Amino acid sequence: MNYYREFAKGVWEKNPILILGIGMCPTLAVSTSVLNALWMTLAATFVLIFSNIIVSLVKSLVPSHIRIPIFIAIIATFVIIVELTLKAFQPDIYKSLGIFIPLIAVNCIILGRAEEFASKNAVLPSILDGLGMGLGFGLTLTVLAFFREILGSNRLFGYTLIPGMEPATIMTLAPGAFFTLAIMLWGMNAIKSRKRR
Amino acid sequence: MEIQTLFVILISTIFINNYVLSQMLGLCPFLGVSRKLDSALGMGLAVIFVMVMASFFTFPIYKYILVPYDITYLRTIAFILVIAGLVQFVEMVVENVSPVLYHSLGIFLPLITTNCAVLGVAVLNTESGFLSGDLGLLEAVVQGLGAGLGFTLALLLMAGIRERLEIADIPENLKGLPITFIVAGLMAMAFLGFSGMKV
Repeated sequence: MNYYREFAKGVWEKNPILILGIGMCPTLAVSTSVLNALWMTLAATFVLIFSNIIVSLVKSLVPSHIRIPIFIAIIATFVIIVELTLKAFQPDIYKSLGIFIPLIAVNCIILGRAEEFASKNAVLPSILDGLGMGLGFGLTLTVLAFFREILGSNRLFGYTLIPGMEPATIMTLAPGAFFTLAIMLWGMNAIKSRKRR
Repeated sequence: MEIQTLFVILISTIFINNYVLSQMLGLCPFLGVSRKLDSALGMGLAVIFVMVMASFFTFPIYKYILVPYDITYLRTIAFILVIAGLVQFVEMVVENVSPVLYHSLGIFLPLITTNCAVLGVAVLNTESGFLSGDLGLLEAVVQGLGAGLGFTLALLLMAGIRERLEIADIPENLKGLPITFIVAGLMAMAFLGFSGMKV
């Protein structure tokens, strides 16, 4: 098995957001600032890697007709760990991510990887798959947040960029999220169709 | 509790804080099932039903089991299991009682388990939602109803537009998801107008 391929496919070839089109809710809602995006990436990747490990360890013990509830319970356990840890050590981040921390549990990316990859593969490839998918998710999220934070609040990592300039607040609201992601998907399609030619 | 409060909750969840276009919850079914108007309607009805039921069951569980025993950190896992069980149960009942309804609604029910808007309603109910002050059971259920109605409204609007987009002349690279996101952005902008409403 080619370990590098298992890791790298999540970043570009099978990028969960840009190619597979899953996990949109946290992507759009949390990408108001780069800091939020990075913490969300960390939280989701942690859950992704550890749920992949456990699912791949117990895959032969789980009866196939009740596997989905079991996978969801495994994922939710790690989400609770993340929730409590963030609440204790990063209360500000916990507050600004808000409802999207518990909602990691129903993120299609994580259940999708458990079902599609970890339940069929050994532990090490599952770890690499989780890491790659988490990185692909995080990269997209961070790029999105980078543009939205600069345009929408005239800041980057909390520092004001151009003093006195009025930012386009709409970029931090829902429409800005939809438009920015539309432009990223458009660019992705353009690259793909150029490659095909 | 007054009828006025319930009306405020309804207006607030359907228009001002629309779950899809303003809170950005439940985007997967919003993008996935909005290709055809009739399947969008089926999905919308299923979501309204499950959201009301989920609010009705998760709220007492939180208030009378998780809070008194001080195990509120189990909220996420408890709610997910309740919702998954609920969806399974509803599917079985509908299949036996009305096969016709099952055919038009059935395929959407399993999808709802992983719809983040449903878990979102359940979690927001415990955090008093968009209102100040604590919610009661009736308010929680009305909030679930409003969330479902708002989701259905957005989904139907989107499906209507996408049916027309099928025959429109769109640049090759914009076809599919990108144009859908641009439409969603324009709709979200229109819904921003509701945020000026004082209720």
